[in-house]
Amino acid sequence: MTSTLLLVQVLNGLQFGVLLFLVSAGLTLVFGVMDFINLAHGVQYMLGAYLAASIGTALGSFWAGLVLALPASLAIGLALEWLVFRHLYDRDHLSQVLATFGVILTLDEATRALWGSAPLNVPQPAGLSGGIMLTSSLGYPAWRLAIIAAGLLVAPLLWWLVERTRSGMLVRAGSTHRAIVSALGVDIGRLFALVFAIGAMLAGFAGALAGPVYAVAPGMGDTVLILAFVVIVIGGVGSIRGAIIASLLVGLVDTLGRALLPDLLRLALAPAAARQTGAALASMLVYVAMAGFLCLRPAGLFPVRRA
Amino acid sequence: MPPESPLRRWKLAGATRRVGTCGAPRMRPPLREKALPVLVLAVLAAAPFLGFGDGFALTLLARGMILGMAAIGLALLVGGAGLASLGHAATLGIGAYAVASLDAVGIDRAGIVFPVAIAAAALFAAVTGAVSLRTSGVHFIMITLAFGQMAFFTAASLSTLGGDDGYTLYARTTLFGARLLQDRLAFHFVCLGLLAAVWLLCSAVLDSRFGRVLQAARDNPLRVRALGFSPYPYRLVACTLAGGIGGLAGALLANATEFVSPATLAWTRSGELLFMVILGGVGRLYGGLLGALAFVLLEEWLSHLMTYWRLAFGPLLILAVLFLPGGLAGLRRRDG
Amino acid sequence: MAEPLLALRDLSKRFGGLTVTHALSLDLHAGEIHAVIGPNGAGKTTLINLISGTLAPDAGHVRFAGTDVTRWSLQRRARAGLARSFQITSVLERFTARENVALAVQARSGSSFRFLRPVARETGLNAAAEAELAAVGLGDRAAIPAARLSHGEKRQLELAMVLATAPRLLVLDEPLAGAGPEETARLVALLRGLRGRFGVLLVEHDMDAVFALADRISVLVDGRLVVTGDAATVRAHPEVRSAYLGDDALA
Ligand SMILES: Nc1ncnc2c1ncn2[C@@H]1O[C@H](COP(=O)(O)OP(=O)(O)OP(=O)(O)O)[C@@H](O)[C@H]1O
Ligand SMILES: [Mg+2]
Repeated sequence: MTSTLLLVQVLNGLQFGVLLFLVSAGLTLVFGVMDFINLAHGVQYMLGAYLAASIGTALGSFWAGLVLALPASLAIGLALEWLVFRHLYDRDHLSQVLATFGVILTLDEATRALWGSAPLNVPQPAGLSGGIMLTSSLGYPAWRLAIIAAGLLVAPLLWWLVERTRSGMLVRAGSTHRAIVSALGVDIGRLFALVFAIGAMLAGFAGALAGPVYAVAPGMGDTVLILAFVVIVIGGVGSIRGAIIASLLVGLVDTLGRALLPDLLRLALAPAAARQTGAALASMLVYVAMAGFLCLRPAGLFPVRRA
Repeated sequence: MPPESPLRRWKLAGATRRVGTCGAPRMRPPLREKALPVLVLAVLAAAPFLGFGDGFALTLLARGMILGMAAIGLALLVGGAGLASLGHAATLGIGAYAVASLDAVGIDRAGIVFPVAIAAAALFAAVTGAVSLRTSGVHFIMITLAFGQMAFFTAASLSTLGGDDGYTLYARTTLFGARLLQDRLAFHFVCLGLLAAVWLLCSAVLDSRFGRVLQAARDNPLRVRALGFSPYPYRLVACTLAGGIGGLAGALLANATEFVSPATLAWTRSGELLFMVILGGVGRLYGGLLGALAFVLLEEWLSHLMTYWRLAFGPLLILAVLFLPGGLAGLRRRDG
Repeated sequence: MAEPLLALRDLSKRFGGLTVTHALSLDLHAGEIHAVIGPNGAGKTTLINLISGTLAPDAGHVRFAGTDVTRWSLQRRARAGLARSFQITSVLERFTARENVALAVQARSGSSFRFLRPVARETGLNAAAEAELAAVGLGDRAAIPAARLSHGEKRQLELAMVLATAPRLLVLDEPLAGAGPEETARLVALLRGLRGRFGVLLVEHDMDAVFALADRISVLVDGRLVVTGDAATVRAHPEVRSAYLGDDALA
């Protein structure tokens, strides 16, 4: 493997990491702040991709699709929170897991009913559909670079919002000091709904960004969801900083593992066996990391301090 | 661990409450409470002679009984031990893949196939349990999910067994040298017998000394430790037992469909199994059986009514969680 | 003199910046009732957590019956005969009173890795449990689920559980808290009956009970032992009068 190919894989890993971050951010806040475990968060990612693709196709502009997918995702998030999730805040984690699992089944099926089971055709982002020459001989898709740039923009902004502003402080305090925050005249229910909706919008944004890169198909949110759980376990539940670092880590490990492990194993094994074990090991790598963290450092890399 | 501070005390109590038991009543039903599961087993025994003897109905019932078996094992874990595993489908998958790998090398004797399937799944459950049990609460849900995914990707990479596409068995497992399991009716009664055995075994385990410690550790681990018990080995044995039962169910499932694929191990399967347990009622072992039968029948019925049947199934699931906290087994107890 | 049943040496515990136990040393002899008193937040419960192995100390040693048990877990100490109760009553609410105590009996009699025989029909276990229940005055409540017992009855039940583990040392965290006058009288009589049979470390706020029961009393203030001695010594100690009893309390 040459160093230019390695560079490509690193960039792919970063780009994947950015998408994971956008999905994990909402998940980690909802989990950390409201102690609510939402399996249906991956569905928001899928819906974001579908909405952007359909709106984009209908209006003949990828960019219109991307922009309009954001409020649409926000609205869906609010609707789900109002319909289902808010009735589950006081229930045990198992009930939350099962009910949000029901949401996944429903919305995955709804997607199939509306758009069919085949992957969707996604319009390419006008102006960014080509490649950019990184070196004289190496081109890289401009859109993937744009995804990385979007992540570089959103991540610090979100971190600032949650960790440095008054609203962020209220959100963080809302989990442990419900009574105090209510006494400040803040409607906790509204606050939670807002966090939820913003998380849903970020996931939808990730889906919209992912459309031109990956297959837009029913169930595309499930894999991302589980990887997002890996991210928040490694990063520390409720920590935006943790989510940033851990999602880049998971993105890189997953991508590089898939690219490099089969080749590495070929040094020791027969080619066919190396390909098989390499692929299996690569898919497992992040889950091994997650299990390791849960066992040895359950609070994650950046444990959120609770007063 | 400082369990005496108010905050911490709340959390400890929370950890046991938050996982799984859903405020369920004790899992030691008096005799009359065993009437319902016996009735269900009797109905299953009579079903083939009451107009449900055609291939289609028997296939459906077999599926229900097999999943019921796995769900009873999981109910032992969720209700009995307070451990909600989101990776239980892996044990089913391992049982199924054990049948497939033995089939691929020409071994089809039940005397070998079933013990291997059970042992493999139990071993997996024991090893992953040994690690997972170091965590608790929602972390336990997550780590079992992670292990389930590892099993899934392993299965998907087994190219000799078809990888993603799965593997079709050459033949069903032979019993006493005969192709007994080929016969639908015989298979029905084999499943029923094993189902009854699994239920009796798990009931006995819950009623035993072991089961009492297990349930006590679910409710109040600190109290149980202060009496001199270490919850860990009890929970580990429960995981292993549930895993072995999952392996048995998986082996039967492979025989029922004559096909195995990674889909058996998908995390959504684990979610469905967990749902069966909750739907049936987590406070009762047979809740798993009720839940599995209800699940399979509902799935079948809805998929006849409409193409996109999950559009109705998903909301039903949500409604069941929201409005049936005691599950189906809890329904009867409304008045009392 | 024989080695004490329990010996604490320079035991320290911090929670973040707050030192709750300061290099504390204390001896407790077999057969003795040793009371530990002190104001709220003095660190009494923390001390019990350190002795029982519920918490690990930051420094110092716990010796029990001649063995250093500092690194032993709660359950291992319990098996060795060191039984504790909890300030907030801790019983198994869904179990009946008999089942609660039978579980404690089970802990000391034979293996609990028995999977098939119904434990409810183990007559030996049930008989032993009922004897312990009768001893604390709950003989006629055996079949009642613990959740339906009164607060005082739960206290009695927990004591029965503690005694059923066949302990050598009882570490009791405010066993009288929340019990009514009648229940208190019964519990005090019960505790008095323990003297000479077990070592007892008794944390209690009820001063009448403490002075009636204790052979020796230690006063804990802000994580330090201020004084250890018999009732008269403790009553007379100036720091005790100001810090805990209140100057006019004994006037
Ligand atoms: N887990 C913990 N984390 C932080 N601080 C703690 C913890 N446990 C106890 N403390 C603090 O240590 C101090 C001593 O607490 P402890 O419970 O031992 O007091 P106590 O003497 O038993 O009081 P009381 O008479 O009210 O039961 C208190 O200030 C308490 O807030
Ligand atoms: Mg105290």
